[in-house]
Amino acid sequence: MPESEALHASHRLEYPYARSVGPVIGAFLTGLRDGRLLGVRGSGGSVIVPPTEYDPDTGDDTGEVVEVGPGGVVESWAWVPDPLPKHPSDRPFAWALIRLDGADTALLHAVDSGGPDRLATGDRVTVRFRPAAERIGSMADIEAFVPEGGAA
Amino acid sequence: MADRADIAAADLGPVTTLATPIRLDFEFTPGVAQSRFLRGLERGKFIGQRCPKCGMVYVPSRGSCPTDGVPTTEDVELANVGTVTTYCVVNVPFAGQSIEIPYICAQVLLDGANISFMGLIQEIPADQVRMGMRVEAVWVDPDQLTPSLASVRYFRPNGEPDADYETFKEYL
Repeated sequence: MPESEALHASHRLEYPYARSVGPVIGAFLTGLRDGRLLGVRGSGGSVIVPPTEYDPDTGDDTGEVVEVGPGGVVESWAWVPDPLPKHPSDRPFAWALIRLDGADTALLHAVDSGGPDRLATGDRVTVRFRPAAERIGSMADIEAFVPEGGAA
Repeated sequence: MADRADIAAADLGPVTTLATPIRLDFEFTPGVAQSRFLRGLERGKFIGQRCPKCGMVYVPSRGSCPTDGVPTTEDVELANVGTVTTYCVVNVPFAGQSIEIPYICAQVLLDGANISFMGLIQEIPADQVRMGMRVEAVWVDPDQLTPSLASVRYFRPNGEPDADYETFKEYL
């Protein structure tokens, strides 16, 4: 490099926050680590996934923890042809709202269908967890959802 | 699956916290003038630039004179020694601190320069540092030099008599 040229460097500024998750989100994340999908029952009887501490309609405390999934229905989706470094997949995928079996709300996650022509609203998908040894209690413990029957 | 899950839960306990780092990745270029300063550090030298109009020597140079607004094109190699113009004693511990407290952050006016810059003072008790103290730069080992201020480990007293206040009062 000629002496006259300017230097160049990659920098990273990072604040290593850790947040307390509380009893309800904590139960959900513990479930993910254990390879289970958990929701919570709202005051009107509906099942909320991911769970909240308070019923969004009434503001009352939510109740019992309910296991849902592992399958569900794609309610809507958007294809990502060029994933960015922070995306959950390094190959093209869909962001999708997935209503898991037993749930009354939809969960946002990635669907690995293999292409936008292999995914449609109303399709059934099922969860694909990371290997147990890699799971830490995070949304990323779910690698992606995949078409039921293994079409991908 | 339930059996394995129960075992895992028993071993690890419930999840109570979530790491949520806030991260900004960015590309930095210091520009041509500061790159010369940084390349000087890589050779164990302080490189400044002189204003062709007023003659002031800036280190590190931003590539122009802030007084005259003209480009600074003449590179000037500065001495390895300078004068502490002012300083502060750091007594407060903080996360990620790499130096034992108390320590001294000083403004050092290198001989031949017309602007001071911040440096760490070591090899002297904090309560003995003073304005006008003469210091020299201590560099990392030659094979550790990089185009970064990390190449300068610190400044230490060089044993010369203190500089007269009149010689640095314009640089406080």
